[in-house]
Amino acid sequence: MCESSGMLLALLRKYVRPYRGLVAMVMLLQTISTLASLYLPTVNARIIDDGVARGDTGTIVRLGGVMLAVTALQVACAIGAVYFGSRAGLGFGRDARAAMFHHITTFSEHETTRFGPATLLTRSTNDVQQIQMLVQMTFTMLVTAPIMCVGGIVMAVHQDAGLSWLLVISVPVLAVANGLIIRRMLPIFRRMQRLIDAVNRVLREQLSGIRVIRAFARESVERDRFRVANTELADTALAAGRWQALMLPVTTLTINISSVALIWFGGKRIDAGHMQVGSLVAFLSYFMLILMSVLMATIFFVMLPRASACAERITEVLSTPAAIAEPVRPVEPHGPRTGLVELRGAGFRYPGAEMPVLHDVSFTARPGTTTAIVGGTGSGKSTLVSLICRLYDVTGGTILVDGIDVRDQATEELWSGIGLVPQRGYLFSGTVADNLRYGLAGATDDDMWEALRVARADDFVRAHPDGLGMRVAQGGANFSGGQRQRLAIARAVIRRPSVYLFDDALSALDVHTDAAVRANLRQMAADSTVIIVAQRVSTVMHAEQVIVLDNGRVAGQGDHATLLDECPTYAQFAESQTVGAVAGEQR
Amino acid sequence: MRGALRMQQAPAERSRDFRGSVGRLLRRLTPQRGLTLTVVVLAVLGIGIGVVGPRILGHATDLLFNGVIGRQLPAGLSKEQAIAAARERGDDTFADLLSGMNVIPGHGVDFGAVGRTLLLALGLYLVAALLVWLQARLLNVVVKRTMLTLRADVEEKVHRLPLAHFDTRQRGELLSRVTNDVDNIQTSVSMTISQLLTSALTVVAVLGMMLSISPLLTLIAVVTVPVSLWITRVITRRSQKMFVAQWRNTGRLNAHIEETYSGFTVVRTFGHRAAAREKFAGLNDDVFHAAFGAQFFSGLVGPATMFVGNLGYVGVAVVGGLHVAAGQITLGAIQAFIQYVRQFNQPLTQIAGMYNTLQSGVASAERVFEFLDEPEQSAEPPRELAVGAGPPRVEFDDVTFGYVPGSPVLEHLSLIAEPGQTVAIIGPTGAGKTTLVNLLMRFYELDAGRILIDGMDTTTVSRHSLRTQIGMVLQDTWLFTGTIAENIAYGRPGASHDDVLAAARAAHVDRFVQTLPDGYDTVVSDDGGALSAGEKQLVTIARAILARPRLLVLDEATSSVDTRTELLIQRAMAELRRDRTSFIIAHRLSTIRDADLILVLDGGRIVERGTHAELLDRRGAYWEMLRA
Repeated sequence: MCESSGMLLALLRKYVRPYRGLVAMVMLLQTISTLASLYLPTVNARIIDDGVARGDTGTIVRLGGVMLAVTALQVACAIGAVYFGSRAGLGFGRDARAAMFHHITTFSEHETTRFGPATLLTRSTNDVQQIQMLVQMTFTMLVTAPIMCVGGIVMAVHQDAGLSWLLVISVPVLAVANGLIIRRMLPIFRRMQRLIDAVNRVLREQLSGIRVIRAFARESVERDRFRVANTELADTALAAGRWQALMLPVTTLTINISSVALIWFGGKRIDAGHMQVGSLVAFLSYFMLILMSVLMATIFFVMLPRASACAERITEVLSTPAAIAEPVRPVEPHGPRTGLVELRGAGFRYPGAEMPVLHDVSFTARPGTTTAIVGGTGSGKSTLVSLICRLYDVTGGTILVDGIDVRDQATEELWSGIGLVPQRGYLFSGTVADNLRYGLAGATDDDMWEALRVARADDFVRAHPDGLGMRVAQGGANFSGGQRQRLAIARAVIRRPSVYLFDDALSALDVHTDAAVRANLRQMAADSTVIIVAQRVSTVMHAEQVIVLDNGRVAGQGDHATLLDECPTYAQFAESQTVGAVAGEQR
Repeated sequence: MRGALRMQQAPAERSRDFRGSVGRLLRRLTPQRGLTLTVVVLAVLGIGIGVVGPRILGHATDLLFNGVIGRQLPAGLSKEQAIAAARERGDDTFADLLSGMNVIPGHGVDFGAVGRTLLLALGLYLVAALLVWLQARLLNVVVKRTMLTLRADVEEKVHRLPLAHFDTRQRGELLSRVTNDVDNIQTSVSMTISQLLTSALTVVAVLGMMLSISPLLTLIAVVTVPVSLWITRVITRRSQKMFVAQWRNTGRLNAHIEETYSGFTVVRTFGHRAAAREKFAGLNDDVFHAAFGAQFFSGLVGPATMFVGNLGYVGVAVVGGLHVAAGQITLGAIQAFIQYVRQFNQPLTQIAGMYNTLQSGVASAERVFEFLDEPEQSAEPPRELAVGAGPPRVEFDDVTFGYVPGSPVLEHLSLIAEPGQTVAIIGPTGAGKTTLVNLLMRFYELDAGRILIDGMDTTTVSRHSLRTQIGMVLQDTWLFTGTIAENIAYGRPGASHDDVLAAARAAHVDRFVQTLPDGYDTVVSDDGGALSAGEKQLVTIARAILARPRLLVLDEATSSVDTRTELLIQRAMAELRRDRTSFIIAHRLSTIRDADLILVLDGGRIVERGTHAELLDRRGAYWEMLRA
């Protein structure tokens, strides 16, 4: 408990700090407002005693005026407190969310895979929301409660110090009881936030796999899967609620028992002549004031454990450094980027894995040439592409782009020279134009049509009534695989990069389109380095250089003809597609 | 072409109705009617004791006071004598005091009586605590159960919506409704409902007491209520809109975050991080501004109500004072009345103070209800597609379809797949191949024509019975978070472990699974990098093999698999296709040349049909395509 509230406190300190002026205002206004509400009963009493009891209308009106003036002051203060409090509380939430998003977007594949998008999403919104609510609650009541509580205690002690020992017992009892309950709630809320992740994850998967689910008519299976996550969440929320339900009665009971004890021991003191009855009544009313403030604070304490659990989760994300670190002193290439890619004994092993995915891979891909990478499923082709654009760091050897180790280049700078077309051509919701502008922010319509032409995507975009304004569903779900890949290629082409990385990105295209896209590319980007991961012989046979990967090792290197003669793995690969190869040779 | 969208924009925002949503939210509690009623009863009892408790303590104080006064008086005197003595001394105030008390002169504090009274109070407090505890526990159950069904309803709704719905929405938006909005409803309901209940009951009880003292003064006190209500309405009409905006903006922000995290590799490598952050900042600011407006405006309700309530209080004091002066009412009565006015105003102010929480919750509820009200796909016909003995005959009869009305993707398309035949569909990207599959699966409804399976129109049978007979492998692999074995078993729930292994072997999953440390128990997910794209495809093929459908649909099922593996799979597939009708969409010649019928699709029409040999001889579009 201590540790996690420590995290909460640290988080609050950091993100509330910019608003300390506003917070000071809230404190001031709340103090005035609380003092006013402490003063009001006195005015009330005087209205009754001096006015109503004597039938003195003048006094009633005068005191009534005072009362309304005090109330007006209170209203003004309350409004001001709401204004500044909301600004500070919501500002905290906004800043914390921004910090999360900012930090998570520095993550590399390692961290995003480790956490998973579902939990990162919950942590960026829901978890921050929980703490924000606590902060807002703090501003509205936690300023008032201590003032009332301290005021009550001071007045009570002042009234009769001889009964104050009761406070010394009941206040710690309250603290211990609530502390015990909160400690029990903390692990429950930790679990609860995890289960919100789970609900999020299941539903997110359902939304992205909706076609498969329907194709297999597995709605009922999915419903069960969701029900498990949902019921677990509800059960955990129920368990948390059971402890919450205990807090209020325990608090009120403690205070009520104290007030009963107060009258008993107060009675003894009165009987012994140490105390006036009036003092006892006053003491009792101050006691009630303390009760009210503790009750208010209880609402705060009900929210504390969940906020603490959320603070832990947020801190965990914020304190996770990206595995791919920016170089301290980035090296910039001399002159313009040419696109020279060199691998020198590059190797990669996933953390904790026994076998390396890639082992001692060396080759040079020169500007103006095409390097094709072929190999069996799971032979490490995609990993190689990820290493070149530094989505992962090599665990052995080096990779140089433009003569400089990729680890010594500023990543944004490195990426600016690379046009990656990933295996899954992830498209963003919006329009075709939005997605192309993803590649080049200030792209003109002409730029876009040119890129679409190179990727052979111009025909279907032009055929659509909205043209470039054609809508794209999230992930490009409304396009066929081939269309999606062509748009993803266009998005890379529009950047005019010096290095093109096609991660098996031509596989969904028919042979014809595949060839046309490569021809267009060769023509438009004559000086660029093109690296293509491919499955089709027809795609690779015209490449200047072919790298054959087998189980993470280079099994052959050379052009199509050489490899056919010298590399049995490649020959086998080519042979399995002989019909395609024959068709290719017919041209 | 699947490209176009049937729905261009989210539907125009429907008029939002605060009261309607509140009513609907309350109705959601009705399945727990018994529990809800118990909660109310417990609350009433608790309030009753809450009123009695202080009175009993007051009685104890009186007893103390009696004792203190009584001891000052000489013993043996009766109370009347003591009063008379006081009047003789000219101490009328003391005499009045005495007359109102229950003193026995000469007796000190009766601690026996005090003790009994305090024990009674203690007992009542215990009971009250017990009642409050029970009420809170039951309410907890009611609220959590309601949220459970609310989330479940949203999830079930997902499966009843037409596919086109998801083409226009961002995932994160809907996710926000299920997590953030439902969470907000839960917080707001559990925070406000017992308070509202308590406050409302207190108001009613106090109102009764006030009426019993003076109807006129009650009227003055109550006259402020409509004023408060009016002010509340004026304010909340504005703030409600802002709350709706707050949660709508939260949904948008969530969608942006979700999309950024989903397409993170592209975001980063395209140097789009700065732009994504900028967009985030804009959306984040929108949330802030809407939330601030909502909080501030709804925060005005509390102070405003308090001020109006105090106006009433002063009014009562003035009129009451006049009445006392005129002797129309006793001082004690007016004092009590004024106390009641305070007690009357207090819960009203409390309700007003909770208004922001309440409104926020209702705004979230509106968003959830809005989703639940989305138009659903056409109702399921109760008829089942009969499971024939052999492979089915599939017929497309003059099918026309377009995603956007007026621009058809398929026009007057007819084809027949005889039982057991393998039909390959090829054609340039965007020719309508995937659309054909989408229609066969009834993902979308036809604009004209019919699709018949064994002579039965697919629109006349339930989607479920149709789809369970079709095994489909999509170009997009989709794995859920679970083990590899679980992902394969998805094809046929209840399949034995041996069946799963057999399917895995046939799809050549076995080979790479053997190299994984956890084998078939390796946990995979759709986003995770444990498997390569080709390996994922193999898993989905195993899934379809396990499903043993009568009708097999392969849409670019092996595009990411290397050709050697593909060849092996092909042999397994050939085995699989033997007693099935199959549709295959592929670019690779090796995949299609053995088909019984090859259809060349272009521009939504079939331009050529025949076997591989026939089509090559014809030297038409097919031959042209292979020349590449």
